[in-house]
Amino acid sequence: MKKLLAATAATALFAGAAMAEEVKIGIILGFTGPLESITPGMAAGAELAMKEVTDSGKFMDGSSVVPVRADSTCVDAAAATAAAERLVTSDGIKAIMGSDCSGVTGAILQNVARPNGIAMISPSATSPGLSTAEDDGLFFRTAPSDARQGVVMTDILMDKDIKTVAVTYTNNDYGKGLADSFQAAFEAAGGTVTISAAHEDNKADYSAEVGALAAAGGDVLVVAGYTDKGGKGIIQASLDSGAFDTFVLPDGMVGQQLVDDIGDGLTGSFGQYPGTDSEGAEIFQGMATAAGFEGTGAFAPESYDAAALIMLAMAAAGSTDSKDWAPKVMDLANAPGEPILPGELGKALDLIAQGVEIDYIGATAVELIGPGESAGNYREIEIKDGVIETVRFR
Amino acid sequence: MDLLNALVAFLNFVVVPATAYGAQLALGALGVTLIYGILRFSNFAHGDTMALGTTAAILMTWGLQAAGISFGPLPTALLALPFAIAVTALVVLGTDRVVYRFYRKRKVSPSILVIVSLGVMFVMNGVTRFIIGVQDQSFADGERFLVTARGFRDATGLAEGLAIRTTQVVTVVVAVIAVALLFWFLNRTRTGKSMRAYSDNEDLALLSGINPERVVAVTWIITAALATTAGVLYGLDKSFNPFTYFQLLLPIFASAIVGGLGNPLGAIVGGFVIAFSEVTVTYAWKKVLTYILPDSLAPTELVQLMSTDYKFAVSFAILILVLLFMPTGLFKGKSV
Repeated sequence: MKKLLAATAATALFAGAAMAEEVKIGIILGFTGPLESITPGMAAGAELAMKEVTDSGKFMDGSSVVPVRADSTCVDAAAATAAAERLVTSDGIKAIMGSDCSGVTGAILQNVARPNGIAMISPSATSPGLSTAEDDGLFFRTAPSDARQGVVMTDILMDKDIKTVAVTYTNNDYGKGLADSFQAAFEAAGGTVTISAAHEDNKADYSAEVGALAAAGGDVLVVAGYTDKGGKGIIQASLDSGAFDTFVLPDGMVGQQLVDDIGDGLTGSFGQYPGTDSEGAEIFQGMATAAGFEGTGAFAPESYDAAALIMLAMAAAGSTDSKDWAPKVMDLANAPGEPILPGELGKALDLIAQGVEIDYIGATAVELIGPGESAGNYREIEIKDGVIETVRFR
Repeated sequence: MDLLNALVAFLNFVVVPATAYGAQLALGALGVTLIYGILRFSNFAHGDTMALGTTAAILMTWGLQAAGISFGPLPTALLALPFAIAVTALVVLGTDRVVYRFYRKRKVSPSILVIVSLGVMFVMNGVTRFIIGVQDQSFADGERFLVTARGFRDATGLAEGLAIRTTQVVTVVVAVIAVALLFWFLNRTRTGKSMRAYSDNEDLALLSGINPERVVAVTWIITAALATTAGVLYGLDKSFNPFTYFQLLLPIFASAIVGGLGNPLGAIVGGFVIAFSEVTVTYAWKKVLTYILPDSLAPTELVQLMSTDYKFAVSFAILILVLLFMPTGLFKGKSV
């Protein structure tokens, strides 16, 4: 045991030393489970950034960055914790890009990141609860909190002069957090929520849920769920039974697959998801297409930014130790400094080496506020004739 | 007072969807109950057998659609159904030959067979995802509605709409035909009678010259047909997703157990009991009551016995109550 401790201590010493080495970064996303259709794009986004940094040869004296994937399952906190623990203890990762869903992200933060002192940046955990979670300064997210989304959604509804809505949410940290923050914002703005009912994903039948929602009534139905899970089932059943004609779709529900599956019935429905019209988004899309994946996929740009921020912070700190690089994240992400777009990570590393301050813009115009989360730019969308059209940015 | 609107709202949001769902559960539960009755174990791989059968049907449907063949107003998948049943039957017969027969020869206890079926479940689950992917697949085509909510409102002048989907009607009709065929087969044909004999008393059946391997094979083929039909009907009515089919296992087993494991009639009743209890107990009566009661008494609250979050709790509460007071289920099945 003593020997093991000594060996561990020695490794820890070497880890901080400046020499070409392999830096492992864990990518912990729900490759199986309710988000399994979008996580491949997210992982590809993060790995694109890592490849860019490694290829530049300018990272930590020519060190290479090696991604290590693990499955968060999105829903099973125990499985996610075990996966993260394995990456930290046996793979020796220096940072976590993840996790995706809010519940498992909170679990990994409390059970793995904090005890082991490993910092993590999540691209897609949006639960308001994570803003106030104890994190020892180790947790950041390139996704905005849903408290912000609740306000944006309220603004959109008020602009359309819709005052009564029914709400259904997927029964987890994300759905409940979003539904609650929306209800608070909407009622404060003078609107009425007739019912706020949970639905479980992957269930066989949603007639009971739709029956209750229809009985409560409302001008539109807010569906805080997932595109390829319960959210879609609810929309389909509502349309079929004539319970609702128009739906409000938050970030988890915006996806071309949903529009294709439901067809005409979705015309006129609207919603919002994190996004900007910045040039970074466009550049990222081009890079993604060249790398062979869909750059507009939900949270793929956020994943690129999360991975990029981790590596730039390590470079700025000159150390892969989380306690050294985590404090740098906020500085790098925010002004002032030389703006850095996707594809310019090599240039950013040069600037950092010269001691020039940078402002990482990235693919999503990252601006971190308060407890280390994205300020939140949203893209308001409307569905017209089977196409998701951007109305404006908020 | 507006009884007609109340009735339509109730039909639209409770009776019609629960009937279709009940028919799908009943078909699934029939397969589970047959395996339990004749092969004497709870087949956990049933949900994934449904998924595999549906996968075959979807692939065949795509083939037919590509070839320009359609079934008029009915879904093309119905044409693909016999083909899918044949494929599924081959798969389960193969599984029986490779896996279950080994254990049957050893006369292992049912609990071991249950675990074996759990293994088969994971393999089938993986194979299905491997073939068709993890995404949702919609393969329903043809006329979507028999009666649309808007059409009904326009035609009758009522405030409430009534929607009946083609797939809901097809589900109920196909389920009735399948059940009738099954009962005819079990009660009227020689093979069916030998299956029942084998189920009642294996040793006595063997003595009277019944070939056990033949009974087992026929059971698997019928189960494959029921599972594929249930899977395709469910997929047509909702949509296909391997993970959802895996989750369907729970309500299906609940149906089979409530009805009495091993009793085909019980499986059908169980399916409808579970489906209706999920929908009715958690239904919010506000709309219906507003129509029935005079304005002064109209409810402002939802009038919901319990939130829809608890719908599964409801079906499992019923399951526990039935097992407490009638351990063999509503209809006399084998005790669990």
